[in-house]
Amino acid sequence: MRNAFADEITKLGAEDPRVCLLSGDIGNKLFDKFKAGDEKRFFNCGVAEANMMSMAAGMALSGLRPVVYTITPFTTTRCLEQIRVDACYHRAPVIIVGTGAGLSYAELGPTHHSCEDIALLRVLPEMTVLCPCDAVELRAGLRAALKHDGPVYMRIGKKGEPIIHQTPPDFAIGRAITVRDGADVALLSTGNMISVALDAADALGQAGVSARVESFHTVKPLDGARLEEVFTRYPLVVTLEEHSRLGGFGGSVAEWLAARGGNAARLLAFGTDDAFMHEIGSQEYARRLFGLTAENVVSRVLAESGTGGRRTVASAR
Amino acid sequence: MASAIDAPNPARLRELAAEIRARIIETSHKTQTPHLGSCLSCVDILVAIYYGVLRIDPAQPRAADRDRFILSKGHGAPALFQVLALKGFYPESMLDTYGEDGSLFAEHPPTPDKLAGIEAATGSLGHGFPMGLGMALAARIRGEDYHVYALLSDGECNEGSIWEGAMFAAAQKLDRVTIVVDFNKWQATGRSAEVMALDPLAEKWRAFGWDAVEVDGHDVEAVLGALTRPHSGKPRAIIAHTVKGKGVSFMEDDNNWHYRIPSADEVVAAKRELGVAA
Repeated sequence: MRNAFADEITKLGAEDPRVCLLSGDIGNKLFDKFKAGDEKRFFNCGVAEANMMSMAAGMALSGLRPVVYTITPFTTTRCLEQIRVDACYHRAPVIIVGTGAGLSYAELGPTHHSCEDIALLRVLPEMTVLCPCDAVELRAGLRAALKHDGPVYMRIGKKGEPIIHQTPPDFAIGRAITVRDGADVALLSTGNMISVALDAADALGQAGVSARVESFHTVKPLDGARLEEVFTRYPLVVTLEEHSRLGGFGGSVAEWLAARGGNAARLLAFGTDDAFMHEIGSQEYARRLFGLTAENVVSRVLAESGTGGRRTVASAR
Repeated sequence: MASAIDAPNPARLRELAAEIRARIIETSHKTQTPHLGSCLSCVDILVAIYYGVLRIDPAQPRAADRDRFILSKGHGAPALFQVLALKGFYPESMLDTYGEDGSLFAEHPPTPDKLAGIEAATGSLGHGFPMGLGMALAARIRGEDYHVYALLSDGECNEGSIWEGAMFAAAQKLDRVTIVVDFNKWQATGRSAEVMALDPLAEKWRAFGWDAVEVDGHDVEAVLGALTRPHSGKPRAIIAHTVKGKGVSFMEDDNNWHYRIPSADEVVAAKRELGVAA
């Protein structure tokens, strides 16, 4: 995804002279083409994220469209107050990009994991939260973010994520994209969990359960119309995210469901535990540890399928 | 570009400063809002900037090429609000709502879209200065000619973001930035040099790559002189030595006035000392 980001931001920089790129001393050579386009709009801001975020807000208030880029914890939790006050309170159109979100950098340890960022940024007034599932959604999301008159947070993976959308989808902030239709259960995925959702849907199909798959590339604002549809059509709705089950995508959906009231599907939320990972391993190892595998989704869905109709929230471990 | 500033008359500027101090004290009493000591220490600096160097037309407060002033020490807002009213950014009568429920005028500046003359909603320390750096970068990118001024407190120099910004601005040779530190030697609950090893403050800014000078922050002409020094290609820091609560004998250098509210009798006594009619 990060290569797609570098490529798309280079194009956008060429198209729009307001676009500036601020990097927190990462992406060596990744942005050479952007710099070749207009070096004075690229800033390596060093390892100083608080200053970088405040400067971006100041640039945005002066008519520019700054894009801030570094590894997710350092562009979110490290400078959360700068995001809250300087970007959100001022409604400054800063685009904040967190690369290697979730467990993408599992092998680097919890300092580089990011399983709290959706929760922390979505609670900020004025903030929009985008979690594209692949490079295609990332490019479309970046273009949509530049047209949005306020701060946008985009959490992206690292590299090698599969392309899900073979043709560019009709992308709009706040409107989920149906990736596959199905009759028996709805799998709502945000960000890079889409492959797990699709693998689970395949396996469920072999077990005789037809699964719909949705890419919720926008966690805030939530697509309430799509939620209404799936929670009334299916007995079981599953959320999938590489983020804590507390306060993230599944948490947002649970809030929506509680506020809605009435009869609706049962919600099964998959995400990371409320815990740091002290034993380090690959992204796949980390996902297995937190039950974020197609196999686990399938077994939980098959186990839960018989209990449809009762509206409760289950945490999926 | 906003029209050039007429050569200021030092005697008139001193009168203005006394008038602004009296209004700040009256407002503090009337609205029961604190930070009096921090406001009184920066009045002469604000007067020097607004009446001496800042190129901005109060009738066109959002003009793209205006100079920017950022009150990075946001708790000095009661002082800034008076200066902006006197300069004509909004009618002085608007200040009558100060401190009321639903008012724009509170202990810290509102967002820029809400009130003419405000460039950043400060209050959390260490934010306004780097936001100003972003505005200066924007001027360079967009080929605009404005200058960015920011007023910091000495307590604010505790914040790491100040020094992050200082290093970045020097690396970028952002010579369209001037900061003034209102060095009143106190922070909220203690002597600033004891809480953190601030001294030697001017030397610190120099070590961070800035062109730094020290002045008497209550000598408007001296502050003006520092503000109008020729550019050296570096960002500029003015360490303004000030007295917290300046202008009123019983408030000067007494940190109780960081939070204390003056009584009606104290307002009368203060105005008498300032030579401002009751």
